[in-house]
Amino acid sequence: MKNLKKVTKQQLFLPIFCLFLVLLVNLFKDPSFFGISINNGVLYGRIIDVLNRGSEIAILAVGQTLVVAVSAGTDISVGSVMSLAACGTCMVLAGFGVNTTSTIQVPLIIGILFGVALGGLCGAFNGALVAKLKIQPMVATLILYTAARAIGLLFCNNQITYIRYEPYKYLGNFLPGCPIPTPIFVTIAVIIVVMLFLKKTALGTYIQSVGINSRAAKIAGLNSDMICFMCYLICGICAGMAGMVASSRIYCADSNNIGLNYELDAILAVALGGNSLGGGRFNMTGSIIGAYTIQAITTTLLAMGVSTDQAPVVKAIIVILIVVVQSPVFKSWLGKRQAKRLALSKEAA
Amino acid sequence: MKTKKKINSNNLLIMITIIMFIVMYAIGCFVYAGKGFAHVQTFLNLFITNAGLICVACGMTCVMLTGGIDISVGSLIAMDCMILAHGMGVQGWPCIPTIILILVIGVIFGLVQGFLIGYLNIQPFITTMAGMFFARGMTAVICTDQLSITQEQNALFYSWANAKIYLPAFLGYTNNKGKVMTPYVRPTVIIALLVVVVIFIVLKYTKFGRSIYAVGGNETSATMMGLNVKRTKLFAYILSSFLCSIGGICYCLNTMSGSVQQAKGFEMDAIASSVIGGTRLTGGVVNVIGSRFGVMINGTINTLVTTNGKLLSSWANIATAALLCFFIILQSVFAYFKNRNN
Repeated sequence: MKNLKKVTKQQLFLPIFCLFLVLLVNLFKDPSFFGISINNGVLYGRIIDVLNRGSEIAILAVGQTLVVAVSAGTDISVGSVMSLAACGTCMVLAGFGVNTTSTIQVPLIIGILFGVALGGLCGAFNGALVAKLKIQPMVATLILYTAARAIGLLFCNNQITYIRYEPYKYLGNFLPGCPIPTPIFVTIAVIIVVMLFLKKTALGTYIQSVGINSRAAKIAGLNSDMICFMCYLICGICAGMAGMVASSRIYCADSNNIGLNYELDAILAVALGGNSLGGGRFNMTGSIIGAYTIQAITTTLLAMGVSTDQAPVVKAIIVILIVVVQSPVFKSWLGKRQAKRLALSKEAA
Repeated sequence: MKTKKKINSNNLLIMITIIMFIVMYAIGCFVYAGKGFAHVQTFLNLFITNAGLICVACGMTCVMLTGGIDISVGSLIAMDCMILAHGMGVQGWPCIPTIILILVIGVIFGLVQGFLIGYLNIQPFITTMAGMFFARGMTAVICTDQLSITQEQNALFYSWANAKIYLPAFLGYTNNKGKVMTPYVRPTVIIALLVVVVIFIVLKYTKFGRSIYAVGGNETSATMMGLNVKRTKLFAYILSSFLCSIGGICYCLNTMSGSVQQAKGFEMDAIASSVIGGTRLTGGVVNVIGSRFGVMINGTINTLVTTNGKLLSSWANIATAALLCFFIILQSVFAYFKNRNN
């Protein structure tokens, strides 16, 4: 009993438990969920699909976790920034106003760097507003939430720009001769870089201390504003990366649809990962597991034949259940009930 | 003396909003005089198309006053429209019970959200995000097609939607066919203006309105004053969802249809309108009149872009965002000066 309590007290318990539950439902409902086959030299299967499609959410969740930890707020612009980065890249690669192209104007790497840099720029803008001007994160990022998608449309001259250039598709699909989808590698790379950054430098600890009490951290000699700014910058770069993957998947810049509602999934992933949305301590692994859990839920629902439009109902109920279980009020109520029961059983004895 | 100064800085923001609206509209009249921008009807159309948004922005203002946020409004409107369209169009329900059903659903929706936020201390953003998912999903569960309400299906609702309330004839103009056009408003405009007046009075003169201000100003001191913070928050969210339902009916009267994609991004429009109208986002400072002007500015930008015809529609979004940025920075500059004076 004591050991069980120890396990349930762990921060990672909730996300792993949720993921396990989703997989269990699938096991009973349709065991073919776990089947993996090789067609045309690449891996196929629902599990691969979850890992592949969950890449964008996982990358976004990495950035979002830092933002939530440092400022107790959320960056709601990430979905729009994804779309802006994709449009920027396609504009640079195809040239302004070109609808479809099979040759690219500049080397691929420059285009992709441009997109990621655009993401970084957006992150810096958000960071400046939040860190320097002390504006509520949600409202500060509301500006880019509204504007970024619209600017992306301007970049693409209000149309969908197609890049029919084979290497551009590698990032979101498959590298030639490699059976594993590339987005999985991209995600792993992003996670490793950020993790190294957090573990090898003191940044991770700094972020926690600023998140717990920004003034105390300042008095202790930390540059709170700079640390907050850095987190938003990283979040923007992550959004740029996710935008690249999403755009490469469909080898075009579809400004209206890339990254639609992804900000909500990213925030959900953070909450699901057992992180408090009130800032402070954070657990990156939890967020990443949360991201794949969300994708697993989506894939499961789609596999069961629930339409994309109807899936949100289930998502909403899951969110409410999770946050209610996590809420301190509910926990203390549960504790009180348990104590009462203990007292009663003692009396009876 | 000091209190007077504080009030002035808050009123100044609203003054800037109103002046900006007038200037923007004047520029529109000047540049697009040939396209009918100066007609009274164009001005009234701003109210007609934004009647739903005005109601929603009023509710949003109350919620933001408590320091919270309600992002479920857009989806709730979509659900309301779908229930109206499906109920009256497909099921053939009578008009008035359906509308009462919508209002009841709004109250229940707000009750659940308010309970989670007020009594279980769950972050408003997460709670209302779940509400947003839920309402949008339920819209799709009811029906995934686009439904519209026709005259045969519900004559009463149809007649409300097409009712015109004419203004005095001297405000009219003669169109190029030589016919005199009298300016008119729709019943939705009356509803929206009524909502603004009622909310203004409630916030200013009732106990409930006063407690909302107190909770938004400082939660701890409100608790110490003996106010029931939890209940105030609960009622604020009920009010928001209820007003949102009224807004949904207005919206449906305008569009006469229901679809899953309806009113997407509406919550952000409402938040932007409140901010432009001078609502302090950390809570405590608000004016419903300002929010109404925020909606009008939003509408004017859209009208300007569509009247031009050549500009891409995305310019409207960019202009709104730029304005939002301007007002947010202005707010923080004011807050900075206030802190320095203290």
